[in-house]
Amino acid sequence: MRFLPLIAVLPVFLAACGAPPWNSPYPVADEGGNIAYSSFSERPKHLDPAQSYSSNEITFTGQIYEPPLQYHYLKRPYTLIPLGAAELPKPLFLDAQGQPLPADSAPENIAFSVYEIHIKPGVRYQPHPAFARDEQGRYLYHDLKPEDLAKVYQLADFPQTGTRELEAADYVNQIKRLAHPKLNSPIFGMMAEYIVGLKEYSKVLNDAQKTMPPGAWLDLTRYPLAGVEVVDRHTYRVKLKGKYPQFLYWLAMPFFAPVPPEADRFYGQAGMAEKNLTLDWYPIGTGPYMLTVNDPNRRMVLERNPNFHGETYPTEGEPNDAAAGLLNDAGKPLPFIDKAVYSLEKESIPYWNKFLQGYYDASGISSDSFDQAVRVATQGEANVTDTMKEKGIRLQTTVTATNYYYGFNMLDPVVGGLSEQAKKLRQAVSIAIDYEEFISIFANGRGIPAQGPIPPGIFGAHEGEQGINPNIYDWVAGKPKRKSLEYAKKLLAEAGYPGGRDEKTGKPLMLYLDITATGPDDKARLDWIRKQFQAVDLQLVVRNTDYNRFQDKIRKGNAQIFHWGWNADYPDPENFLFLLYGPNARVKGEGENSANYDNPEFNRLFERMKNMDNGPERQKIIDDMLLVARQDAPWIWGFHPKQYSLFHAWYRNVKPNLMANNGLKYVRIDADLRAKKQREWNEPMLWPLGLLAVGLVAGLVPAVAAYRRKERQAAR
Amino acid sequence: MINYIIRRILYAIPILIGVNLLTFALFFVVNTPDNMARIHLGVKHVTPEAIAKWKHERGYDKPLMWNGAAQGAKQVSDTIFFEKSVGMFAFDFGRSDEGRDIAHDIKTRMWPSLAIALPVFMVGLAINITFAMLMAFFRATYIDFSGVVLCVAMMSISGLFYIIGGQYLVSKLLHLTPISGFDAGSNALKFIILPVVIGVIGGIGSGARWYRTIFLEETGRDYVRTARAKGLSELSVLFSHVLKNAMIPILTGAVVVIPLLFMGSLISESFFGIPGLGSYTIDAINAQDFAIVRAMVFLGSVLYIIGLILTDISYTLVDPRIRLE
Repeated sequence: MRFLPLIAVLPVFLAACGAPPWNSPYPVADEGGNIAYSSFSERPKHLDPAQSYSSNEITFTGQIYEPPLQYHYLKRPYTLIPLGAAELPKPLFLDAQGQPLPADSAPENIAFSVYEIHIKPGVRYQPHPAFARDEQGRYLYHDLKPEDLAKVYQLADFPQTGTRELEAADYVNQIKRLAHPKLNSPIFGMMAEYIVGLKEYSKVLNDAQKTMPPGAWLDLTRYPLAGVEVVDRHTYRVKLKGKYPQFLYWLAMPFFAPVPPEADRFYGQAGMAEKNLTLDWYPIGTGPYMLTVNDPNRRMVLERNPNFHGETYPTEGEPNDAAAGLLNDAGKPLPFIDKAVYSLEKESIPYWNKFLQGYYDASGISSDSFDQAVRVATQGEANVTDTMKEKGIRLQTTVTATNYYYGFNMLDPVVGGLSEQAKKLRQAVSIAIDYEEFISIFANGRGIPAQGPIPPGIFGAHEGEQGINPNIYDWVAGKPKRKSLEYAKKLLAEAGYPGGRDEKTGKPLMLYLDITATGPDDKARLDWIRKQFQAVDLQLVVRNTDYNRFQDKIRKGNAQIFHWGWNADYPDPENFLFLLYGPNARVKGEGENSANYDNPEFNRLFERMKNMDNGPERQKIIDDMLLVARQDAPWIWGFHPKQYSLFHAWYRNVKPNLMANNGLKYVRIDADLRAKKQREWNEPMLWPLGLLAVGLVAGLVPAVAAYRRKERQAAR
Repeated sequence: MINYIIRRILYAIPILIGVNLLTFALFFVVNTPDNMARIHLGVKHVTPEAIAKWKHERGYDKPLMWNGAAQGAKQVSDTIFFEKSVGMFAFDFGRSDEGRDIAHDIKTRMWPSLAIALPVFMVGLAINITFAMLMAFFRATYIDFSGVVLCVAMMSISGLFYIIGGQYLVSKLLHLTPISGFDAGSNALKFIILPVVIGVIGGIGSGARWYRTIFLEETGRDYVRTARAKGLSELSVLFSHVLKNAMIPILTGAVVVIPLLFMGSLISESFFGIPGLGSYTIDAINAQDFAIVRAMVFLGSVLYIIGLILTDISYTLVDPRIRLE
């Protein structure tokens, strides 16, 4: 008992010594380090830039690989700037005979576009064993035997590393890798439509692979690709079919980042894949960070690339950026953070609590924590609650370039087709689904109802009255107002379903919703949607199904109404409107047009619009397309989610950028402030343990007494 | 005994084939190879060619169980079932559909699972037996009654509540241990304490009550009355005589789970961020990775069979009257 006072003062003593809090999940050595702490909930499947596509993968690949272009961190609308490239490439247009055409040529006259890309000289790769050489200049680890790999379990087990200068040939190598038969690049099919010779190149590689022994390395440098060539050490050229201005956006994705042939040679050796030593696991890049720990079952660590070529923080942005302190670091060398630690956090509750304890720098907000974190003012403006404010936590919101919508299967005999009746039926249903209410109930107000397929902030979308969907909304008192249910019922009557009954048969109209609802929250959501249909006297049958069956139904066109979503690849209207382009129909063309919408007028306009540069002419065509699509209503346009993010006071230079995936290099951490706050918020409390011990002892006393009494009792 | 064990191992072979067959049938009733390919290739821009290529590379373009186009033995061997199953009987789990080495994954992930499960099992067993003894000793008194009420109450509370409540109390309010996470070596200790404590507390209700029933049954027997009549103390009666005789039912429940401790716990590991095997199978089912699912189900079956054999062997150790023939 005499030690109890000592135990009580122990936490204070440790805190005074600067020891990290007891509940800190990080090693003592990292205390006060210039380290960013974040998490991931699902292990990234691919880190090979030819395969990686999901957002949870790009979180890592975006910091490691450097494609030719990137998005400006601060400017809006989203602006492309050079990254690996020395300047933004300008396409050279050629006719069918290969003769140059003026830059303003009509798209239909352009047979080829040639992009000549000059890369920055002097850029070097991160240290990596694939580049390690001996004194004679021979690669140390390119001819490994099984016994050499006996004690190798991770990349760090190779004692030597090396580097070399980035070359244009590395970019070319990566474009070739998109057609590699073993990589299954998700963009191969699409790029094969544009890059000259890529489709044929895939066949060449397939044939070459068949003649090789299993597991042998396919040396892409031996197989030239017609549409992509190295001009000189720092220049390469990509030849595309026709005009495809969106190619520049693709050049800002890791798909087009350089991969040195040494990587394929190194990882392609027998026995490497069996030890999980692949480019998919250990990337090689030129970016500001390199992956040093890849244990996706626990944590992944990015560390500063010592060979990083250097880049500076942007010196200009939007008008409010300077006032927000986002230009305080203008012109300073990047990156600011030495290390980023991503821990596996599958459950939202521990994640949220650790954020509040200061062990994560930033957090999203789950529905469970929304009321604790955010207070919405009567004017609808969201801000953090007083508790969050006391901790110095800041809130940032931004509308995402994402659509969540209900689609009508346009091949369905009841809700599909382009007849006037079918259009009116779809419009009536679109009015009935009150998305304002949905967002309020199920998304805590985090979203805005969609007026069409293009989210706000993307070229083609209008603000204000001009931007509303006149078939669903009226402009009243300076804001959109959903049309009344009476108007929806009137449309239904005109569609041949007065009072929700088929006027020919007199039977109630039964509609079917196909959905994959698995979570506990889904029941309330489904009840809500049924209620919306009932409000216009329609009956909705929900056909809940597993993911596989749902996909099958969509693919075969067996669904009637379904829930779907789309997350933009790049900030261009083409990336949204192609979801409604007829030849992309899911049933006919295995494309992304899940509603199988096929309006010849829309298709014609899309073909004109897709390759145009942004400008009034393109805007006019988009307006016409929106008019057609809104009238046809192949989707209940749904909503665009609003992203709410919370940041601690020590996490700086944060500006939501939905397109840029390499934002880590701009972020700055005040590590001292974080360490101070962590100690302040997490001081161990020991007295309840003492109380528990006393309680247990007190409980034992009568038990011991009873035992003694029992032992002394005479036998009866 | 050796003959007995060999016979049990031989019996295990048809059981394992049956388990394999059942896993295969259940998996492919729900998922087709096309579905698997789509899940692995992602949701955007997946072409039929890419699906066909994915299936071919992993051997999922073959018939499921019977290859009518092949001749002779190949009608059976040139199928998905045969190719994916036969290697496992040599404990060659192969590679996951994503290309990862399954054996390496299991080897890496079983240690964190064991780090939690083993202390929970050992400490839990000791505490449950002690608590049950205490209740048996004070049977029909207020201590016994309160203990049973406490046990029933603890049994009635969901395991998830213990986890969330424990994290809230110990980590969030008292700031004593990290809420979740894991580290290697001795650094793992601070991450293990809370899940172990919660695991032990969560198991006390059902465990102690079950052992109390066993002990009460034993304390009514003649040998206990004789021991008491000889003047032995109650503690001596309980620990030297009752506990020894109650070992058979205790071992029946305890030994069989020892090999399965490797497999970890899904919920606990998920909430505490333990990189164990607990979520490996569930993640694989969600990702439609048949290679991992079949390997884990096979491994689970093998471990369960080992557990049953160990239980039988342990009977002979605690009760000399038992012979395995």
